[in-house]
Amino acid sequence: MTIATPPSQTPEANLSLQPTGWLKYFSFSLDHKVIGLQYIVCGFLFYLIGGALAGVIRTELATPISDFVSRDTYNQVLTLHGTVMIFLWIVPVINGGFGNYLIPFYVGARDMAFPRLNAVAFWMIPPSGLLLISSYFIGGAAQSGWTAYPPLSITTPAMGQILWIVSVLLLGGSSIFGGINFIATILKFRQPGLKLMQMPMYCWAMLGTSILVVLATPVLAGTLILLSMDIVAHTGFFNPASGGNVVVYQHLFWFYSHPAVYIMVLPAFGLVSEILPIHARKPLFGYVTMVYSIMAIVVLGLVVWAHHMFTSGTPPWMRLFFTIATAFIAVPTGIKFFNWIATLWQGRLALNSAMLFSCAFILQFVFGGITGVALAQVPFDVHVHDTYFVVGHFHYIVYGGTVFVIFASIYHWFPKFTGRMLDEKLGRLHLALTFIGFNLCFAPQHWLGLNGMPRRVAEYDPQFTLINQISSVGALLMAISTLPFLFNVVISMVRGTPSGPNPWRALTPEWLTSSPPPVENWKGAAPLVHEPYGYGGPPGVMDLNQASGRDLWRNEP
Amino acid sequence: MRIPSAILTLVVGMALVLLGQWVANDVNLLPESASVNAPVYDELFRVLVAIGTMLLVGITGVVIYSLVRFRRQDGDSQDGPAIEGNLSLELFWTAIPAVVVLFLGIYSYDIYDRMGGMADLNGHGMAHQTELASVRHSEPDDENRIWGGIAPAKSSGDVIPVEVTALQFAFIFHYPEQNITSGELHVPTGQTVELRMKANDVIHAFWVPEFRIKQDIIPGQPTVLSFTARKAGDYPIVCAELCGPYHGGMRSHVVVDEPDAFSNWLEANTPATLS
Repeated sequence: MTIATPPSQTPEANLSLQPTGWLKYFSFSLDHKVIGLQYIVCGFLFYLIGGALAGVIRTELATPISDFVSRDTYNQVLTLHGTVMIFLWIVPVINGGFGNYLIPFYVGARDMAFPRLNAVAFWMIPPSGLLLISSYFIGGAAQSGWTAYPPLSITTPAMGQILWIVSVLLLGGSSIFGGINFIATILKFRQPGLKLMQMPMYCWAMLGTSILVVLATPVLAGTLILLSMDIVAHTGFFNPASGGNVVVYQHLFWFYSHPAVYIMVLPAFGLVSEILPIHARKPLFGYVTMVYSIMAIVVLGLVVWAHHMFTSGTPPWMRLFFTIATAFIAVPTGIKFFNWIATLWQGRLALNSAMLFSCAFILQFVFGGITGVALAQVPFDVHVHDTYFVVGHFHYIVYGGTVFVIFASIYHWFPKFTGRMLDEKLGRLHLALTFIGFNLCFAPQHWLGLNGMPRRVAEYDPQFTLINQISSVGALLMAISTLPFLFNVVISMVRGTPSGPNPWRALTPEWLTSSPPPVENWKGAAPLVHEPYGYGGPPGVMDLNQASGRDLWRNEP
Repeated sequence: MRIPSAILTLVVGMALVLLGQWVANDVNLLPESASVNAPVYDELFRVLVAIGTMLLVGITGVVIYSLVRFRRQDGDSQDGPAIEGNLSLELFWTAIPAVVVLFLGIYSYDIYDRMGGMADLNGHGMAHQTELASVRHSEPDDENRIWGGIAPAKSSGDVIPVEVTALQFAFIFHYPEQNITSGELHVPTGQTVELRMKANDVIHAFWVPEFRIKQDIIPGQPTVLSFTARKAGDYPIVCAELCGPYHGGMRSHVVVDEPDAFSNWLEANTPATLS
């Protein structure tokens, strides 16, 4: 065990090293629960900034001419919006935030494998985020999109681009530290007696994600270092004027950035797999196939990057290979969705905010997945590549998918974080506003893309005005939807109904302790949970036609 | 007496198929189709829409049905049945999507081939040298190597070559045979046009939504894009790759004329030569 205190030591001697009370959330705390919440709150602040940037974009697009911000500023805003939302909100929160909070519980450990590395990984995020945002005030932020394709990124003002590179490198480093930590914790800090195939699904999701992080992020780091040398030292890696090759950058960039999509959605899959069984009062359907499909997504996710480049100069055979590989990701992903629906089927569903946000996630991710399979087909992609169709598609994946799951998870684990329940009425209002606003904002964008509106433009053909205004209204609703959520969190922290240790009657180990949990996670020995999803009615209630009990899946009695 | 669930499922399935077909065939989501490629593309699009609609509506229906039908009553603290899996069911829903995506992949490969996307752009071997009008007379060396794009599926002798230069923030079209330089593209109906594209500064992309074609124009890597216009009219040319502050304003037109009108345009715009 990592930082287990010998019983002879006085508590004061131990606590003097770490601040207590609210101050610990601003400290270099080594407690995985504190770090997890630091990630979540810090990420949420950046989400508000990224959301404000999205507001600027949607305001500009309410009219077909460029009239709200200058064209340079618009490109800076869209670059910052993408970078902030991906690297400072979704990746840190869904990996670092929930991963840190939950993984030690799930493997039965007192803390992560490397608590100091863990704190370092978190504390790299606020400075790099501030660096990124401050670049806007120091001579202008990067203007080349979050993809930073050369030669545009080489020819736009160097200061902003270099600051962008430095901050993404730091965030990537933080992500790698976190990934190593998760792999070590899951593989080496499991309680004796807890087998791999008995871990809660989120552990598998984080294991797969961390493998992707550790394999793919260094490629991005190397690429960005080469790009910065092209900018600062005038080397010619990607600069065609010096004999460089711009398409090589795209290959290297997407070698990280496609797996980055799975770095964002696999943990979301894991969290949904934790939430649904508890609120449906049923075991997770098809545990074994869920595990294999996560691993299949990890492997396939590494060999599909060139589908972002079907209109670049890629040879035909490559297009064919990447079409098939990409489309095949739909198979393991589909398995997971069918399994979740089967988990709901015949359950006793509590229609609370956590459950409803999860179901909204299922619907929206299915839509994003369908357009994803369509985009994998080269001829289809050739028409809609780099258009608002793609913008709609990936917002369905990363917002409709991941962000909805982040909210579901906050409703689900808030009682554990604070010992108080979130208000259900405000939660459902939040859900309704987000769901309507989100679909109003992003569904019409598919039509825009099909009919000729490219992405990343400040001005567009006036025939698209109405649809863009509808989309902007949706964005406004999404902005408003944050208010009931924030109000709910603040008011519930102070006045919420006390939840007790286990308000959901859940079986996973984080609920088998007080809320909020003590520093060492459990008073006394950690519980050994062999069946994290062992819900199910007494045999008399069971439908005998569904003759496929757990005996089929486990050899031991 | 209850209607057997198998029959209900069958009816729902048939309704889904009909709905998918209806959305695919009768709801128009695409702009006008003005090139020979476009109907081929639309064929694939309809298949994708039909499958997608069935899946989306089906899954949405099942989720909403579950939420309503299996919702927990107040005060009910019982668990659902302890079903942990069903191997044959899981094999079934692994196999079906696998077959569907494999079919889609092969089908879209065929579509792409018909659009000319699989053509060998640099003609390894002399037999293919005539495929590209503009490299007809030279071996592809580093200077002339074509890096990507869509070439005519069959080599037809009557190809109009046009050189396209993209720069921040405009397209310039040059007709080498007549030595015409123009800011908008003029093409005739029914004749293959081959755009040989170069970028001067950053990456741009040439996109005509009504033709359903797009190709990045990459500095240092010439690309080619062929199409045959089908319907006379005036269509937008859009730059689809972020290329700087005025990216949104980087637009032009392609004017598709009947062959006669096109010859007139060529004649009227051919610069006088000293001879």
